[in-house]
Amino acid sequence: MPRVKVARKSTSIDMTAMCDVAFLLLTFFILTAKPRTEDPVPVDIPASSVEQPIPDDNTLLLTVGQNKVFFGVDGNDIRKQTLIQMGEKYKINFTPEEQTKFAALPTFGVPIKQLQGFLALEPTQRKEFKQPGIPRDTTNNNELSDWIREARRADVALHNKALRIAIKGDSKEEYPVIGQLIALLQKQKINKFNFITSLRAAPKTTK
Amino acid sequence: MAELDTSSGGGKKGGKVRSKKASTRVDLTAMVDLAFLLITFFMFTTTLSKPKAMDVTMPDKDDQNKDQLAVAASRSMTLLLGANDKVEWFVGEPGKTPPETTGYGKDGLRKVLIENGEKIQQTTGKYMTVLIKPSDKSNYKNVVDALDEMKITGVQSFAIVDITPAELGLLKRDGNY
Repeated sequence: MPRVKVARKSTSIDMTAMCDVAFLLLTFFILTAKPRTEDPVPVDIPASSVEQPIPDDNTLLLTVGQNKVFFGVDGNDIRKQTLIQMGEKYKINFTPEEQTKFAALPTFGVPIKQLQGFLALEPTQRKEFKQPGIPRDTTNNNELSDWIREARRADVALHNKALRIAIKGDSKEEYPVIGQLIALLQKQKINKFNFITSLRAAPKTTK
Repeated sequence: MAELDTSSGGGKKGGKVRSKKASTRVDLTAMVDLAFLLITFFMFTTTLSKPKAMDVTMPDKDDQNKDQLAVAASRSMTLLLGANDKVEWFVGEPGKTPPETTGYGKDGLRKVLIENGEKIQQTTGKYMTVLIKPSDKSNYKNVVDALDEMKITGVQSFAIVDITPAELGLLKRDGNY
């Protein structure tokens, strides 16, 4: 009597297809991932029912929190050009190295007199550094309005586009700061801008 | 998991020396593990809910602009944003109609806006104009909430306007400042 031999099957599975899918997904997530810009101050954005997404590029972002205003603009070339123009205006010579460093900076909030010292810091030290915010007052020519004006000018010169202005404010921020910002924008004849909000979780009920 | 080539047994003696045929299959398990680990990482770090942008249009401050239309007081409603998440509202001119205090949200501001919008539509046949006047004690969230209510209730014309001292007085009187 011959014994019934049970064919021993290999336990290994073909992983090729699984590997393909895994790497496809990985590529997708890597490409869609956007480096999160760390806010210099904690900002808790208020919720609203607006569903219009924030434009991806060509935006000037003013972050407001703890009574300070931070400035950020999209595009490395615009940042660099803005810095050069600001340097001319304030008679500060920024070295090419400083310009490159500045171009990599998504948001900042230091007076222009301290900017060189701030750029000289290591990135880790920069995070620790308590940024005082960009100076602003009620006069026509303060630093913040100069930054905004020069950034708009740089965008028109480089891309021939009108820069969009977005305000990202902390919900607990008292209105006067926002009011000041709005007044400052209106002085430059900017009457249209965006408030950045998050989507309200509760479903929308019209009536 | 790794496949061992067991098919070509030794055993044969005296034959030609054959080069061992190595299996072309590579063990992909570790690679898949790594790939899924990275996928999980990227999935958790990407923010799926992108922030939204609310359009705000301010009235032109230019004094040279003469072709501005005056809005009848009867169909203008004023919201005074006070402290502690309170909002005061009145229809018409300040001081002539007593203001009422309410909160933000579904039962507060939204109800008031819908009721008054309908009332004004019936009596004047025109849409209501809302003036949002944030006081110094209100916060940014209040402004966004008020603007959001405009969108939800479908108010067609509204504007953010500076508050006047008389209206500040009203807020102070009612303890909302």
